[in-house]
Amino acid sequence: MHIPDGYLSPQTYLPLYGASIAFWAMALKKFRKELPAKNIPYLAMAAAFSFLIMMFNIPAPGGTTGHAGGAGIIAIILGPWTAVIAISVVLIIQAIIFGDGGITALGANCFNMAVVNVFISYWIFRLLSKSFSGNSRLSLAAFVAGYLGLTGAALITALEFGIQPLIAQSPDGRPLYAPYPLSIAIPAMAIEHLFLFSIIEGIITALLVRYFYKHEAQLIYALKSKGG
Amino acid sequence: MTSLQKKLWLGLFIMAGLTPLGLILPELFNAGDAWGEWGTETLEKLIGYIPEGLKKMAEIWKAPFPDYNISGEEESLAKRAIFYIISGIIGLAMVGGVVYLISKIGIKNER
Repeated sequence: MHIPDGYLSPQTYLPLYGASIAFWAMALKKFRKELPAKNIPYLAMAAAFSFLIMMFNIPAPGGTTGHAGGAGIIAIILGPWTAVIAISVVLIIQAIIFGDGGITALGANCFNMAVVNVFISYWIFRLLSKSFSGNSRLSLAAFVAGYLGLTGAALITALEFGIQPLIAQSPDGRPLYAPYPLSIAIPAMAIEHLFLFSIIEGIITALLVRYFYKHEAQLIYALKSKGG
Repeated sequence: MTSLQKKLWLGLFIMAGLTPLGLILPELFNAGDAWGEWGTETLEKLIGYIPEGLKKMAEIWKAPFPDYNISGEEESLAKRAIFYIISGIIGLAMVGGVVYLISKIGIKNER
């Protein structure tokens, strides 16, 4: 889901940079107020976790790969605004140091994974964990939050890919950037996530929520009553 | 550091040690890039040409350790697996360090 340089037209990546910068500004402000100083080590661990989990590439039928991202679990444990910071830092380091995801596409990648994924997962978990009670319900809420968060990020990424042929073409009608239309990009990204990568993300999210609930339940941001 | 935090750090270092799975599994199944993340050569094989705008922008940035391979060259799988672990540790230290700094500068909340 790390869009490389060249796949998005400036008409796409510039507005998405704008959107990400707006979320970064808001996140920096919010997280200064909301993250207790004693949770700073957890933030560092969360970012490290996300970085590492993204290195576990999983082969999918059709010869592509994908991976979990950990955005949902971080949003649930530390809150969505803190997760925006953690995942964005991961994506920035991945792009600059390891060439994973483009520099021009960084705004888009942060928007997809550090904003869309984070907020979908967070709100779904809030919604489901409120309406249910009990341990297994909590795991179910976490699974669905992780599952739908990553799937949502994949779909928005596919949308960004798929609109490129509509936005920019050379004089002979060939796409200038990402070449596949929506009718290919959306199913390709949706299927591999719905049936594989998002399931893994969901399981990881559920296992970790269970683990934290057992060992340090009061840490879990999304279970506090004040909301975010 | 609390005992939970110690356990979590240990877990993270174990994860870093296991990262080569993310390199080896795709090779076993002959899987390559993620959908939409092909290099220009692979893309040319897929669609028969390299889109012009894409070609211009693709090489805009030269990352120091592309593909989590710190040697930057084609090496044996065993070597790449070791470089992959080292990349994982570098990454872990960098992202952890950067968010720590952001927090130290930013956070005033001493609850």
